[in-house]
Amino acid sequence: MKLTLPELSLVVLIGPSGSGKSTFAKKHFLASEVLSSDFCRFLVSDDENSQAATSDAFDVLHYIAAKRLAAAKLTVVDATNVQKEARKPLVDLARQYHVLPVAIVLNLPERVCADQNRNRPDRNFGPHVVRNQSQELRRSLKGLDHEGFRHVHVLSSLDEIEAAVIERQPLWNNRRFDHGPFDIIGDVHGCFDELIELLQRLGYAITREADQYKVLPPSGRKALFVGDLVDRGPKVAKVLQLVMAMADSGVALCVPGNHDMKLVKKLRGSDVQMTHGLAETWAELERESPEFRKRTLAFLDGLVSHYVLDGGGLVVAHAGMKEEMQGRGSGKVREFALYGETTGETDEFGLPIRVNWAAEYRGRAMVVYGHTPVPEPEWLNRTVNIDTGCAFGGALTALRYPEKEFVSVPAKHTYYAPARPFIPEGTAPEPKLTAQQRQDELLDIDDVVGKRIIATRLHRTVTIREENATAALEVMSRFAANPKWLIYLPPTMSPSETSRRAGYLEYPEEAFAYFRHEGVATVVCEQKHMGSRAVIIVCRDEESARENFGVIGEGIGICYTRTGRRFFSDASLEQALLEKVQAAVTSSGLWEDLKTDWLCLDCELMPWSAKAQELLREQYAPTGAAARASFPYVVAALESAAHCVPEISGIAKHYRERQRLADRYVASYRRYCWPVNSIADLRLAPFHLLASAGRVYTDADHIWHMETLSKLVAADPGLLIATAFRRVDLADGASVADATNWWEELTGSGSEGMVVKPLHFVQPGRRDLVQPAVKCRGREYLRIIYGPEYTQEENLMRLRERGLGTKRSLAIREFALGIEALERFVRAEPLRRVHECVFGVLALESEAVDPRL
Amino acid sequence: MLLTIAADIPASELGYLLHKNPARFHSFDLSFGKAHVFYPKVGSIRSEAALLLDVDPVGLVRGRSHTAEAGLHQYVNDRPYIASSFLSVAMSQVFGTAMSGRSKERQELADQPIQFDALITALPCRGGSELLKRLFEPLGYESEAKGYHLDEHFPEWGTSPYYTVRLRNHVRLRDLLTHMYVLIPVLDAEKHYWVGEDEVEKLLRKGEGWLADHPERQTIVNRYLRYDRKLTRSALGRLVEGESNDPEAEDIDHTQEERSIEAPLKLWEQRIGSITSALRSREAQTVVDLGCGEGKLLSVLLHDRSFERIVGVDVSWRALEIASKRLHLDQLPIAQRSRIELLHGSLMYKDKRVSGFDAAVVAEVIEHLDRPRLAAFERVVFEHARPGMVLVTTPNAEYNPLFPFLPSGRFRHKDHRFEWTRSEFQRWAMENAERFGYKVRFLPIGTSDPIAGPPTQMGVFER
Repeated sequence: MKLTLPELSLVVLIGPSGSGKSTFAKKHFLASEVLSSDFCRFLVSDDENSQAATSDAFDVLHYIAAKRLAAAKLTVVDATNVQKEARKPLVDLARQYHVLPVAIVLNLPERVCADQNRNRPDRNFGPHVVRNQSQELRRSLKGLDHEGFRHVHVLSSLDEIEAAVIERQPLWNNRRFDHGPFDIIGDVHGCFDELIELLQRLGYAITREADQYKVLPPSGRKALFVGDLVDRGPKVAKVLQLVMAMADSGVALCVPGNHDMKLVKKLRGSDVQMTHGLAETWAELERESPEFRKRTLAFLDGLVSHYVLDGGGLVVAHAGMKEEMQGRGSGKVREFALYGETTGETDEFGLPIRVNWAAEYRGRAMVVYGHTPVPEPEWLNRTVNIDTGCAFGGALTALRYPEKEFVSVPAKHTYYAPARPFIPEGTAPEPKLTAQQRQDELLDIDDVVGKRIIATRLHRTVTIREENATAALEVMSRFAANPKWLIYLPPTMSPSETSRRAGYLEYPEEAFAYFRHEGVATVVCEQKHMGSRAVIIVCRDEESARENFGVIGEGIGICYTRTGRRFFSDASLEQALLEKVQAAVTSSGLWEDLKTDWLCLDCELMPWSAKAQELLREQYAPTGAAARASFPYVVAALESAAHCVPEISGIAKHYRERQRLADRYVASYRRYCWPVNSIADLRLAPFHLLASAGRVYTDADHIWHMETLSKLVAADPGLLIATAFRRVDLADGASVADATNWWEELTGSGSEGMVVKPLHFVQPGRRDLVQPAVKCRGREYLRIIYGPEYTQEENLMRLRERGLGTKRSLAIREFALGIEALERFVRAEPLRRVHECVFGVLALESEAVDPRL
Repeated sequence: MLLTIAADIPASELGYLLHKNPARFHSFDLSFGKAHVFYPKVGSIRSEAALLLDVDPVGLVRGRSHTAEAGLHQYVNDRPYIASSFLSVAMSQVFGTAMSGRSKERQELADQPIQFDALITALPCRGGSELLKRLFEPLGYESEAKGYHLDEHFPEWGTSPYYTVRLRNHVRLRDLLTHMYVLIPVLDAEKHYWVGEDEVEKLLRKGEGWLADHPERQTIVNRYLRYDRKLTRSALGRLVEGESNDPEAEDIDHTQEERSIEAPLKLWEQRIGSITSALRSREAQTVVDLGCGEGKLLSVLLHDRSFERIVGVDVSWRALEIASKRLHLDQLPIAQRSRIELLHGSLMYKDKRVSGFDAAVVAEVIEHLDRPRLAAFERVVFEHARPGMVLVTTPNAEYNPLFPFLPSGRFRHKDHRFEWTRSEFQRWAMENAERFGYKVRFLPIGTSDPIAGPPTQMGVFER
């Protein structure tokens, strides 16, 4: 005997003790799918037969069942379930999670159950127990349908039980196997002419043969109607003919709309109000043949509430679909699909006030729907309403999936007057944010705090520990700029492995060795500028800042630090800088070359003293000042003492050396300082062109970045600085030697050092991603980091014991998160999805790492 | 890093006083490095001894865990080059016997005042050379201090705190050493080791005979004990009967800066008074304090049984830790404990945990938000948290000129992003009341000036 079950259902086994439920469950279901009341008794009381633990045991059982159903897992309840009161909470649970409750009844004669129990030493309760249970079961049998079980299977003998085979059936709405591509078409409402025009624009060839439409789709594509084919428009019957023909020939799918369902009732002969265009539809259908009406009824009545398509990536329903209802079946789900959710109140036009489910939507699947006419289709949290009110004189709109392109045909007439104007009177007065941008004005704390696991394209998942998120919350809240601007934070960068060379802590050979070891053939060495990291976003104008970032009244862009704080406290200086960058982009032709009206640049902004003023005054300069105030006296005293005690002259020499090192330390930081009185004193060195409209430039290699940015630099050599670089073939000794000499020259003349990057922006290595960049800092520069006298051999010896593991691991994770943020941004994902990554970078930065690395 | 002591006595005599042979170079191992003693001048009439500190900057921080806050400061700093508490420690270890006034060979010389010249290099005088004079002159010293730029290449960075200091006095060696031992760290106002209760004992011992009568004793005690209020009070109380620190210093809710500006007005008390009376007149039973800081208001609310549920929210984890301690949350009886909760949260993010309260208090918070970020704050509080009543207090900028210690054009606190006049605040408040369906009225906090108005203003939003 074959028992069919919906693939997602709550299976309630019903049978007295000894009827073989557990054996049955074990035979047909996964161990994880079966929740046994005995086992739950055991869990809470150490005794599977403890009747005292029954109540707690069922709490546990219901709790686990709820978790499984929420996760869309078939669940089997193995308990006697012979009483209606025991089954009711299970039916309720199934309803709550919109899954179908199924009953499988093991209705064996009392004697058989008693026999089976006799073989179990722990079940020596008297025969009355099984007798009572059997009686209760028989009393229940008739009413199971009524209790809400959608399928009831009764097995009445050991043979039947033995012969039973379970077949799991996919739900009707499950079309995950169907990958399209699709052309999803909004509410047609009888607008036949517009529909024909739209289909033709989408590339469908439509012919009419022998009173039948024949539709040939563009290769591999399929039309998908969001429902409400009927009412209001002029040619309802023709629309029905066309869509049914398309559906019959497999060219189209259709979900039902509320108007379609009301027509079904009318066609069935129910008494319905002939309002909202039904009267006109009916008048039209009455002119058609009874066969046509019959066919229409069969077609509309057979429509499935909603579809889950393309591996779960796409959901189509007439009025939308919440995440927790997607791919499930219940009356509630169907109701939501047809009508959406309303608050129960009505607005000034007498129409129901809708709950904005899309604003709360967090699902992975794209949801395409119609139902409520909108002036323009707008994305909100991966949902989009494509009902552009054709019958009301708007347009008929299709969404091409997966391209995410809209194709619209304007209505030829206003066929029906809307109860509520759906296009606001007059023209829009002020620049308007999109629904998504308005939604993004405010982020939710639940999206950033606590332990978080973020999936990234580059590095599987990145885990953010709760305490790090806690630290980041304070920084982000107190200091960061408007999160709408923060589409990227730069990763930390590890130094090269420690050099053993006398007098050095870092030297190029270790950097090269690292990349060689990781299997990288070519690297790019870029001069490392010593300023402060700055991320710059610059837009063509304020209009494009609004369009792309949803920011109004904050100028044409932003310049922010590696912690997301505005670089300048002086807004006019910031905008002046951005205007210069913008002018350089314009004159270098990059807007056109990259087909964009915004850019995101990763830069170093000089001088260091512009941002590090406090650090210089509080730490670096005082250290130098103190050393230089002391050493002359110390050296003089020692030299004087050496006249009498000759051994002191060696010590005096040591202190003269220390004095020299302190002077070099001061010389070292001075190189990176100059006063900033105006923008003319600033220098900006862009080194990554991170992103522009629709693109993140991780697919371009670093030579491309350098060359593209050099065009930009050429447009304003006063402000912008080109970054010197070398391409190095790691297998070529001469190439490597040349780069090493270059580093010696650079650092010898006071440069901070260089950054060595694999040629490709993203480079897989032996186990993990290769470090996106490794810095190799100059000997003099490092005095600022390790102290004036770090080059003394006894200091170096100890400083060489430094571990790079944590730093490197952080660098990879932050890199993956930063790029993920950019990629999510250019895919126009909701801000919370971008912010999550940016917040993650900031959180990781609070990890305890040696700050000298 | 260098201290020299010279006197018109033969080197051998100075050697006996210091217990260090002038013919040798002495080195001592200390926990933070080494100390050396040698004699730059070895004359039969005049002699000079030197104590040279050799702080090991690498060793100093090895093995310590890296913290995000400490940053690079612990690696590159002035400690190796200055006269600090390290020097005091070195003095007590290397010249301990001399400091105690004993001399095996020359006790009468040790007991006798001598004209000493001392030189200290790179002595940080936080408070300037003025403080140096105020500290040493009452003890009979002539002093001379040579200052330095932070960096002469960048005169705009200002002067450094370091001075080469020359001191001259006719005293016993033990007094000279003791005075320097105490006053060097006082001038530096920083200590390399944790200040604990035994520091009080040490200070009292070293200060015997001179500290109690020193006109700057309050400064000396405060700085030596690094402003630890409990320790300071205990020391002062034992020094001078009946004297204790200013009780206002209990107030740790605000930083030093703002506190010292507003303290004379007792503004915090008045704010809390106004807030609680507004809450009571509304009969609010559930109150959320958004930006509760270290929990001053919470503790007042906790003592009033009419508040059934009290929640404090702050973005600073540290502030919440302090609040939790101050409120003794871990010791409260269950009935009390269940009334109060502290949450780490932010006014920049909507947060369902703070919705559904009768009243929200936002005291002295908005001025810490960047102006463009106020938009988020407004929606978080008025649209999402949406309590029946919102109390917002913020400084009245018009009052600022009346604060004696506030330079014109400056805000009351370094972190203030703006300070509003009454009309600016009221315009903002009325716009938001209108937008979110609240009624708003305004109350002054503190004694109003006829022209400038009150020091702080409060908006009472109700719906």
